[in-house]
Amino acid sequence: MKSRAVISVTGKDNVGIIAKVSTLCAKYGANIIDISQTVLNEYFAMIMIVEIDGLTIPFTEFSDVVSAYGKENSLEIYTMHEDIFDSMHKI
Amino acid sequence: MIDRKDILETINMIREENLDIRTVTVGISLFDCVSDDKNRFLSNMYDKITRTAEKLVPVCNEIEKMYGIPIINKRVAVTPLSLVGGKLDSDGYIEAAKTLDKAADALGINFIGGFGALVHKGSTKCEDALIEAIPEALATTKMVCSSVNVATTKAGINMDAIAKMGEIIKKTAYLTRDNNSIGCAKLVVFANVPEDNPFMAGAFHGVGEPDSIINVGVSGPGVVSSAIRRAGNCSLSELADVIKKTSFKITRVGQLVAREASNRLGIPFGIVDLSLAPTPAIGDSVADILECMGLETCGAHGTTAALAMLNDAVKKGGVMASSHVGGLSGAFIPVSEDAGMIAAVEKGVLSIEKLEAMTAVCSVGLDMIAVPGDTSEAVICGIIADEISIGVANTKTTAVRIIPAYGKTVGDSVDFGGLLGTAPIMSLRKESPEIFINRRGRIPAPIHSLKN
Repeated sequence: MKSRAVISVTGKDNVGIIAKVSTLCAKYGANIIDISQTVLNEYFAMIMIVEIDGLTIPFTEFSDVVSAYGKENSLEIYTMHEDIFDSMHKI
Repeated sequence: MIDRKDILETINMIREENLDIRTVTVGISLFDCVSDDKNRFLSNMYDKITRTAEKLVPVCNEIEKMYGIPIINKRVAVTPLSLVGGKLDSDGYIEAAKTLDKAADALGINFIGGFGALVHKGSTKCEDALIEAIPEALATTKMVCSSVNVATTKAGINMDAIAKMGEIIKKTAYLTRDNNSIGCAKLVVFANVPEDNPFMAGAFHGVGEPDSIINVGVSGPGVVSSAIRRAGNCSLSELADVIKKTSFKITRVGQLVAREASNRLGIPFGIVDLSLAPTPAIGDSVADILECMGLETCGAHGTTAALAMLNDAVKKGGVMASSHVGGLSGAFIPVSEDAGMIAAVEKGVLSIEKLEAMTAVCSVGLDMIAVPGDTSEAVICGIIADEISIGVANTKTTAVRIIPAYGKTVGDSVDFGGLLGTAPIMSLRKESPEIFINRRGRIPAPIHSLKN
């Protein structure tokens, strides 16, 4: 079973959010396996699930890189290991 | 695949409802630091603490990033110093407290606990010397916390120790008078103290514990109150289920973090403390939960019943979520650290008597309560004796962390900053229990302690 992480992105809608986050994933070796995205009243919300076994940098650094992109673009981006969701919601 | 709804729920709990890991506490035994030479003992202690917990802060920071959940406090708890200090006199214990503070500073942790004594049946010379050193130790250190266990259900209540603690608390308040008597916020008097509690000021590493251990305290009053709000107008049976489910989820995160910290630090996992620990932040309040359950204000008649139900449901939900549960486990009601409690006191609804009743059904005791600076030692001893009796008679932990704020009176408030919050000065009865307290001796153990 491969390790996965959830990248959640929320903020004001803008051109190229998915493209940019995907580019960062590709650059650092995170394989995207699922994306769901909605825009509600100009408010953008995306959940991206990525495989992190192939990351070329440590997971915490990857998380920092993605968050830094979020900050520059007034988006809230969090990268969380899937174990927290599994622990909380699966018995 | 992880469910989208579950993802959003978890993110919402952390970002909007203040879910966090309140503390990762490393317990460290100091028995192998003992020496008949004071300086050697102090350096053994410093070395062992800084070596064992060396990676605590960086590892917690990594885990925080990995799971996206804040870990608010990183702490160390050590063997009660009075058990390892040997022939140290009071000045020696003050030096030992400063060494603990230095070790805490080197590690970058928030608090270090264990400057304490277990004197439920009587005290040794070592314990007397340590207790005597508490005021100066707390006044000259920043991160050291102190606890003294004065009673157990098995041993009864050591009234000599309670009388002494009245004096020590007053002296601590005086020595830290320039800083709102903050020393008293780092000092707690216990009955039936648990040996694996990760929360301050009462954390220490018990004698039955291994060489080192990881104990984790979770939090999440905001998550529980939001769940209750969402449940709407349902019966109490349904509400108990809502609380249980929420508590399960919160505790699972604690278990995950505890396991990960244990793996990364190479220190065995001890327990998860199933707690609802409030902070002064709006929405992170146990009082708010009770009000969401249907009380106009925390402290109204009905509060004890609501709290008893909450506390029980938190434990029932949490116990299945963790492989080992311990510590204090239950809802905390520290007045200064809970915005809803502060508001209820300021409104005149929440009194010390109601708080005392609440402590009979929840996890700790009279916690972070500021009282007038001119409160007599005898009255403080009376408050401690009452609270400790509740613990002894009900075979549960109770504790008193009371701040007779020097120079302050009813109507004032004291601000401790950070998680310790702001405490309005509460009014007390002034009638003296002095003759009762000064009888000294021990209150015998209750009949139900004879279980064998």
